[in-house]
Amino acid sequence: MRASNRRHWKVAAAAVGAVALLTATACGGGDTAEDGEITLTIDTFGVFGYDALFEQYMEENPNITIEENNLSDLNADYVPALQQNIAAGDGAGDIVAIEEGIVQQFYLSQSDNFVDLGEYGAADIEGNYLPWKWELGKDAEGRVVGLGTDIGGMSMCYNKSLFEDAGLPTDREEVGARWETWEDFIALGEEFQKAETGASFVSTVTPYFNAMNAQGGTHTFFDTENNLVAESNPVITDSWDLAEQMADKGLSANLPMWSDEWNAGIQNNVFATLPCPAWMLGHIESTAGESGRDRWDVASVPGNGGNWGGSWLSVTTQSEHPEEAADLAMFLSSPEGQTSAWNEANTLPSSPQALEDPAVTEFTRDYFNQAPVGAIYSETAQQLEPVYYGVHNAQVSEEFRKALEAMEQGQASPSEAWDQAISNSERAAGQ
Amino acid sequence: MTLLRRGGAPPRDTEGATPPDPSNDDRKRREQRQILLTRLDLRTSPYLFIAPFFLLFAVFGLFPLLYTVWVSLHDWTLLGGNQGFVGIDNYVRLAQDAKFWNALYNTFGMFVLGVVPQLLLAMFLADTLSRRIRAVNFFRMGLLLPYLTSVAAVAIVFSQLFGTEFGLVNYALGFFGIDPVNWKGGTFSSWAVIAVMVDWRWTGYNALIYLAAMTAISKDLYEAASIDGASRMRQFWQITVPMLRPTIIFTVIVSTIGQMQLFTEPVIFDGGSVAGGTQGQFQTVMMLIFEEGFRFNNYGYGSAIAWTLFVLIVLIGALNALLSSRIKGAQ
Repeated sequence: MRASNRRHWKVAAAAVGAVALLTATACGGGDTAEDGEITLTIDTFGVFGYDALFEQYMEENPNITIEENNLSDLNADYVPALQQNIAAGDGAGDIVAIEEGIVQQFYLSQSDNFVDLGEYGAADIEGNYLPWKWELGKDAEGRVVGLGTDIGGMSMCYNKSLFEDAGLPTDREEVGARWETWEDFIALGEEFQKAETGASFVSTVTPYFNAMNAQGGTHTFFDTENNLVAESNPVITDSWDLAEQMADKGLSANLPMWSDEWNAGIQNNVFATLPCPAWMLGHIESTAGESGRDRWDVASVPGNGGNWGGSWLSVTTQSEHPEEAADLAMFLSSPEGQTSAWNEANTLPSSPQALEDPAVTEFTRDYFNQAPVGAIYSETAQQLEPVYYGVHNAQVSEEFRKALEAMEQGQASPSEAWDQAISNSERAAGQ
Repeated sequence: MTLLRRGGAPPRDTEGATPPDPSNDDRKRREQRQILLTRLDLRTSPYLFIAPFFLLFAVFGLFPLLYTVWVSLHDWTLLGGNQGFVGIDNYVRLAQDAKFWNALYNTFGMFVLGVVPQLLLAMFLADTLSRRIRAVNFFRMGLLLPYLTSVAAVAIVFSQLFGTEFGLVNYALGFFGIDPVNWKGGTFSSWAVIAVMVDWRWTGYNALIYLAAMTAISKDLYEAASIDGASRMRQFWQITVPMLRPTIIFTVIVSTIGQMQLFTEPVIFDGGSVAGGTQGQFQTVMMLIFEEGFRFNNYGYGSAIAWTLFVLIVLIGALNALLSSRIKGAQ
């Protein structure tokens, strides 16, 4: 008995030791190694065009390693994950990207999770950003919690080879002239469908709905007091009507946006048009790859310009190295940084200096038939007005996306889909 | 700790040579203390050995469980925290919530569609593999392979196979002149895809459990039966299945618990969204908990759903246990 007891203790002691060792090892895996090496993580979605900037920064600051966590779907994946990490107080990057649609969600109702960048010298660089972009990066107390990166701008990308197959004009000026309004756009779509190329005119109605909302004016689903006004706001009802017409006239390929199928649709020429805020160019190019070169072109968007998307960079209070992270965020969002991101992914700068930089204004994008995208976007960029999206915008636009998809796939009649969108939005907004 | 170590390894002098000039009283007292400690050791050590599990369970299992009850009785937001006591309001809301009933309906639907064929197929496979066939170990190991792959990998691959436009399944159906099916769009079709994912992973696992139980059935029974002229089919239904009853009940319980908490497969099928399709046609209860708690910031209500799900699982488990004791009684 005694002997076996002793053995038990040895086993127990060994187990305790092993656990202690494991814990010690786990602790050793933290951010800071002994030699001052720092790893900064940055959470992004979609395409930011930061690869060259990361390399440059790591070269200039040899003690810093940058890791990028990227998710492609903003509303379905990135926002919930970010929200959980922020709420849990752990797991978010040192730097996180905040998109236009969630600016109020994070900067107005939970800004104490973000570092006041003014403390790290951001106050001196106000002039580097368009005034409205700068203002939206502040929280209710006027702390600077976000530094503008890009803005959306808007154009319409179209698949030139499909347009040719359908016997439609292929020149970007002519195409733009054919769709001055969204009604024209739908009429052209019907013409396209009649040619029976096997492709559809639009991938899914959601991005068009978003684009039309963004053009609509000062606010969309919520008014500036954060009341849900989706049911009565004419911006929303008008966009819905047009989206309904697109679905009704069979223009849609019914591929849910950002899904694998949707991306495969870009690769396989399954749809002919796509609303293109500047950041979308990067997505098309990286998705369609080399075989898609010269297939897509860029024309002006139906309706009146508008802005869809664009982001800010914030440093979270979870960061163990806020000073270094703030420095990196300022580097990335500086006019030079924005120009570099523009060169890499055509994310339209929010910095007036960068917007006037010939590197931007005279830029033609090789991949898109040498389209003068710099001129197309920067022309309207200086006059853009911000849209107020509200605290629960991400959740509500997700509900609208689902309802629109149910409508275009024929699971719900348009009126059923509308009711679904409204009642689920009320739930999502907590009203 | 100290007490035990002394109890386990007492000073040598109690059994060894008597030390020079000890006081008799002293020695007696020491011996008595020794006996006491040994007894204490015997009584308490087992509990201490199992204590780590129960401590961890208390911290990471029991506490969250009870805390969830507490949260569910409050208006509690993910970010703002406790907004005040609301009693059973969350549960009242739940009873009238069409989305909850829809999620429960989906969960049960996928349960029936998934578990029933899964267990039947597992039984069939086990029966086949219990016969003398070539390379039996190869096939037995092969059964377990799907179980080794990660849920996420399975779900991603199957989601692509069942894609509407570019999926391999629709492509294959095209050869038979069948129009592409919008798998994700329909209620039944989406359930079927998810059931296939679940079955892919778990059929082999259950088959091995059945197989183990089958090998424990005495061969005499089968010999006697075949002498009496019973066909293989008859032997299977009248010997194998009755003898496997306790095992079958075990697998049913385990599968039920797993199916009630179905989450990963449908989430990945919907591209990472917890909405479960355009109209929630494959949103499970777990997904609804997640949506309410983490997307809509409604922690209190999410907790109420979670707790209700827990009670449901316990009830179903109890029902299973009741059935199994009935069966034992009948034997």
